[in-house]
This record gives sequence, C-alpha cells and structure tokens, in this order.
Amino acid sequence: MKLVQIKFVLNDKEENILVKPNTTLLDMLRNEFRLTGTKKGCDRGDCGACTVQIDGKAVNSCLVLAPQIADKKIVTIEGIGSPEHPHPVQQTFLEKDAIQCGYCIPGMIMCAKALLDENPNPTKQEIQTYISGNLCRCTGYLHQIDAILAASKIK
Amino acid sequence: MREFDYERPDSLDSALELLGNLRDKARVIAGGTDLLPLLREDMLAPTHVVDISRLAELNFIRNEGGLIKIGAATKMRSIEQSDIVRRKIPMFADAAQLVGEIGVRNLATLGGNLANASPAGDSAPPLLVLDASATIRNRKTERTIRLADFFVHVKKTILQPNELLTEIKIPIPPQHSGGAFLRLAKRGGNLISIVSAAAFMSLENGLIKTVRIAMGSVAPTPIRIPTAENVLRGSEPTETKMREAAETIKETIKPISDVRASAEYRKETGVILVRRALEQAYMQTKGTRT
Repeated sequence: MKLVQIKFVLNDKEENILVKPNTTLLDMLRNEFRLTGTKKGCDRGDCGACTVQIDGKAVNSCLVLAPQIADKKIVTIEGIGSPEHPHPVQQTFLEKDAIQCGYCIPGMIMCAKALLDENPNPTKQEIQTYISGNLCRCTGYLHQIDAILAASKIK
Repeated sequence: MREFDYERPDSLDSALELLGNLRDKARVIAGGTDLLPLLREDMLAPTHVVDISRLAELNFIRNEGGLIKIGAATKMRSIEQSDIVRRKIPMFADAAQLVGEIGVRNLATLGGNLANASPAGDSAPPLLVLDASATIRNRKTERTIRLADFFVHVKKTILQPNELLTEIKIPIPPQHSGGAFLRLAKRGGNLISIVSAAAFMSLENGLIKTVRIAMGSVAPTPIRIPTAENVLRGSEPTETKMREAAETIKETIKPISDVRASAEYRKETGVILVRRALEQAYMQTKGTRT
C-alpha cells in the first residue's frame, strides 16, 4: 500500500502529511491531529456526529477517504470558536440549554454553521430539514432548533 | 479497512485506461457514501481505489439539444441547486433533495447512486419516469442505453469492470406535463426507502397522452409499472382513474419482506404512494406544485 502525500488547509493552517489511503478523514482528524471534537458515532454516514466542513460544505467525515481532501479546506469544531470567543451557534447552544450528553453537539453545531453560512435567515422548517441527518438521542431537538434560530439573529 | 492503493487519474481517458488494466481489482470512488461503509466492513477488497470525483469531464449540468445532460460525478446537492434542473425538470430537483441528508448529498453523486444499483436507490424511479438514458464508456468505445436497461439485479448493472457511467441524459419534458417522486421511510434523514414511487404525465386536449410510473424497493431493481400506465394512457385524468391505476400494482409488484417492512405493507403503502404521485404529477401539468 502506497502512502499518499496530501496538502490541505485545516482550520486555517496549512498541513502537509503522509496518509494511509485506507484511513477516513474522521480517523485522520482524531488520530493524527488529535482533534477529538469531531465525534465517531455510527461510522457509516447515518448519525452526523462526525460532521465537518469541506470547502464550506457540511459533510460526514466518516464517508471521506483521507487522500480525497488533498488541496481542500477543512474546518472542524475546533476551528470555529474558543471559550473566550465562541461562534454564535456555540454561544446560543449554551444559552438555550441545547446540550445534554453532548456527543452529537459538535456535528450538530458544524451542520448549523454550514446552514447559516449558506442561508443567514433560515426558517424553523429549513433548520429542521437541514439538521435531519444529525441524530440526538437526548434532547428531542427543540432547544437545538431554538438555539440555531437565535444564532441566526446574532449579526 | 483493508489496504489498497489510491489513484486519482487527472482525465477521463486515464481513468478508463486504469480501469481497463485493473478490471476487477479496482473500485471506483466518487462520493464514497456507498463505498466507504462497504470497505470498512471488508465486504469489498479492492487492490486499488480509483477516485473520479474531480474529473471535470464528469462534473457538469448542461442544457443541450432538448436534453438536460448531467455528468456522472455531479453531486446530488449540485443537482437540487441547479437553476437549469429547477427550471426545466423541477420534479428531479425535488427528488434530488430526498437522496440522503445534507452531509451525504454534499458528497453523493448521481452516477454513484445509479451504479450502486440498490433496489431502494432514490434517483432511479424519477429518472425512469423521465425516460432518461445513460452513457457508458470504456477506453475504446462509448454507448448510450435507456436507463431502464441499465439495472440487472440487486446491486448489479450492465457496467463491465473496465467501464464507467459517464453521463445521464434527460429529455426536457413538454408543456402541460408534470411529475412527482415520493418515498416512504421510517423518518427523514438518511433512512433507506421502504417503498418509493415516481409518476410523470403529459396531457393533450384534456387527455393523458404520455404516462410513466416507476417504483423503488419493490423488486430487485427499480422498475416501471406498465399495467398501471396502461390504465391511464389516453383517458381523462380523473381521481377514479388514478386510483384504479394505483390499485393494479398490488397484482404486479412482488416485493419482499425484510427488516424494513413486510411485503404486504409495501403493497398497501405502494398503492397510496403511486396514487399520490399521480395526483401531484397531474397538479403539475396545470402548473401547480404541491
């Protein structure tokens, strides 16, 4: 198996590494870069816990082979805010108590961020549809939808 | 996941050359949404994975000579957002939105959804009723076939290991026509269709001139339902006629019982989906979208 050299931008920083082709983007982020905010849930594209942005678009990182991201821009939950300066969606998730066990939250927030990047003023229905691939087994989604709506009002 | 080499040829010709040499040993990756779960569970063991996702020759949506032409590696999300598709074939833009949720549709490609040949593949029934055709290439020749002839069995198409599905061609529907695609799953998101139905019709002098009906998840491949079409062709598009046409599927489809639903459930709900798809298609012939 030939290793593949890839260059890409990860959370605004240029990276250049050798990867095994039989590695998913998800595993590469967690194991090589220690970015464990991106969660492994089903590992088969059903749950959305591993959502990241590739060139601005929300994708399930468990469905991408690491060499496929060559020359692309990846943004993970670690790249969108900090405790001092949270992303609006992170802030409103806290304010609206939209978090219970927390496992789905990084994926949910990355998906919500991608939605607001594309559509700054979504309706409740548009939010529901957009996050329909992000499963949460605790909250029942209501506070999360409220939080995303509230984040859309922060300019 | 087992070991393999990753290849990303920089042109369609070199991709076909590579597939011609590797044949069964290679697997093509475009969106990866079907392939990765299979690789992870070691259900496939290719020595090479050939990435065609970036080939410009397979990434396009064009309006040419009365046809909408879509490159096989075009993402479902690009199709649903395409002005050309939204304007010329609104039913297909709507259907594209039902092929998985956002994190999948940003990866999944039209060619992949068809070439994987799942009986439940959601892009097939709408394309069957739109009378689409598929272009297939190997390194020497190109052929175009009707999409209805593309599917052979569960997860099997007529594609040979050295071939690629390169393009889908969809005739632009005439005035006074309409279509709809409906699917039933336990909930939204990424769940596989329990049963799906697509309908297309065009009217002339108040009578149904062309009608096509197709279903998914009721046979080893997505299928057309000629018996239901025959009930409607040439007749007035009344509620009674559409109901009668939908009822005929009970006699013609032979779905299986599996983890998702029983055969009986698929027949019962299939009748309802076909009827609703016909009603929505009819509404669209009058310019009303529901």
